[in-house]
Amino acid sequence: MIILTGNDLKSGAVVWWDGKAWSLSADKAIDVGSEADAIIARESAAQRVNAAYAVDGERTGDGLRLGHIKERIRALGPTVRMDLTLNPGDPEAGKRVV
Amino acid sequence: MYKYDPYDQAMVDTRVAEFRDQTKRRIDGKLSEDQFKPLRLMNGLYLQLHAYMLRVAVPYGTLNAAQMRMLGDIADKYDRGYGHFTTRQNIQYNWIKLDEAPDILADLASVEMHAIQTSGNCIRNISSDQYAGAAADEIVDPRPYAELLRQWSSFHPEFTYLPRKFKIAVIASETDRAAMKLHDIGIQIVRNAAGELGCAFYAGGGMGRTPMIAPCIREFVPLDQMVTYAEAALRVYNRYGRRDNKYKARIKILVHELGAAEYTRQVEEEFAHLLTQNIEPPLAELERIKAHFTDPAFDTAASDTLDRSDPDFALWVDTNCHAHKQGGYIIATISLKPVGGIPGDASADQIRLMADLARDYSFDECRVTHAQNIVLPHVRKADLYALWQKLDAAGLGTANLDAIDDIIACPGLDYCSLANARSIPVAQKLSERLAPRRGEIGELKLKISGCINACGHHHAGHIGILGVDKKGTENYQLLLGGCEGADTSLGKITGPGFDEDGIVDAVEKATDVYLAQKQGSERFLDTYRRIGMEPFKEAIYG
Repeated sequence: MIILTGNDLKSGAVVWWDGKAWSLSADKAIDVGSEADAIIARESAAQRVNAAYAVDGERTGDGLRLGHIKERIRALGPTVRMDLTLNPGDPEAGKRVV
Repeated sequence: MYKYDPYDQAMVDTRVAEFRDQTKRRIDGKLSEDQFKPLRLMNGLYLQLHAYMLRVAVPYGTLNAAQMRMLGDIADKYDRGYGHFTTRQNIQYNWIKLDEAPDILADLASVEMHAIQTSGNCIRNISSDQYAGAAADEIVDPRPYAELLRQWSSFHPEFTYLPRKFKIAVIASETDRAAMKLHDIGIQIVRNAAGELGCAFYAGGGMGRTPMIAPCIREFVPLDQMVTYAEAALRVYNRYGRRDNKYKARIKILVHELGAAEYTRQVEEEFAHLLTQNIEPPLAELERIKAHFTDPAFDTAASDTLDRSDPDFALWVDTNCHAHKQGGYIIATISLKPVGGIPGDASADQIRLMADLARDYSFDECRVTHAQNIVLPHVRKADLYALWQKLDAAGLGTANLDAIDDIIACPGLDYCSLANARSIPVAQKLSERLAPRRGEIGELKLKISGCINACGHHHAGHIGILGVDKKGTENYQLLLGGCEGADTSLGKITGPGFDEDGIVDAVEKATDVYLAQKQGSERFLDTYRRIGMEPFKEAIYG
């Protein structure tokens, strides 16, 4: 599936396109298929997101699996500071993104 | 240390106001990201993996206690309670919000600090010897010269859009503690046969994807021509540096392709021309700056005696302290490398504590080192035990300076958008594995970069590690034999790379070879240079 991501303009936080807005949770990302370029153009023009781009991913039994380790770390947070990630209660989450 | 004059303060305050307006226009949608990006980068504000990152300049690594305290307060107020000290003697914050960035810059300006020229193709923060002004082996304090160059290079209209970023280091001792020959320009303050002070200029060094050791292009430039010579060296680079290819745009490529002799000839020609233009600041300006760097009021009757009855303290003294030029005093390095910790990270509380200790024990001064540690340059030996107890209680008393767990590591893929692999977890695993053997292994400088840009100085590590992307997974190359001192050398790759656990095993095998082969008091680097790569390859790849 094709997923859109970028960074929130004000906070710089990693965000994912959920079909209506930009979400902090990668799990809410939808497959934009062939609409990627059009959505990026529209959202960038509206100044709602910074540096948006498309990435690969797939749905698995454990949820969304992004194609590249860089994107998996972006979706979680720094693996060396689990307390600062979006999933601070799961100490094993860092190992799963690698 | 240097105090801003009204011109310095006005420059910084004006820049804060300017950036506040630019940021507002960006948030209001009046500037696009393409328009805003170069403006924020000129103020050290990057967009990294998880958020905006602000890189704050620490000129030649020197801070007073109020500045250090402010760095801790910023970590609490605007970030997530910590900062990361870098290999450019700066500090970075990883979780900055765009609309708060101008407030941070204003707070920095209130203590004579800024983030100007910490990004972009300009002359970056000038680095120096972390023991400057305190080391027993220096011929002068190099920081007034670094400060003069900082003022010359700040907002220099001709050098704001260089072909690529430009890094300068200034030292004043034979022992190079600033990796001077691995800079675009390295300057060593020297004395000539007549006893006059001048500068030896090195040009075209650097790490990154094409590491080069800078050749000496002039052995002696009179001090009253230093800025003019630097201007000439930059002018030739600015004129002929490759702007068509980002990967060949650094001065090291120009010097290499022209040859050091031809580059030098062109610099000398430009220098001769510039001498007729009288661009050199008057020596009175250098004297004005020097007046800010006079020695603190040392107690000349201070005792040289140390009570070493506490063995942990004695080990820390032997490992982390360095001879001071003034009897009764010592230079103390605070390790930011606790076993299993994140190299260079310090909590807001730790930063504020180090500020207090600088104020109470080191004449209000501390230094950031390019090895991501903090130095208290002027500690009375009589105060050292009390100081160490306070450090130890705060998790800052690790005795591992230049040991195998005093690891330099870039932020890597955990934070950096350029990285290909994570650096920090590798550093943590190596630290945990090998710290128990640090006494046996002795001096071994281990440096890790998460990509070819080499912010972790892997080329200059006795053992270096380079993280690469191998078909979407992290892979780590091992290098041996790098060194950043007066005998600078570049590490060589051992062979095929490893996964995260494999690289930890490989480093341990390399240390085993060293311990089996070492003669007398040889360091790892000495043994490597004597026996070469093959015994290490045999052990690592079997």
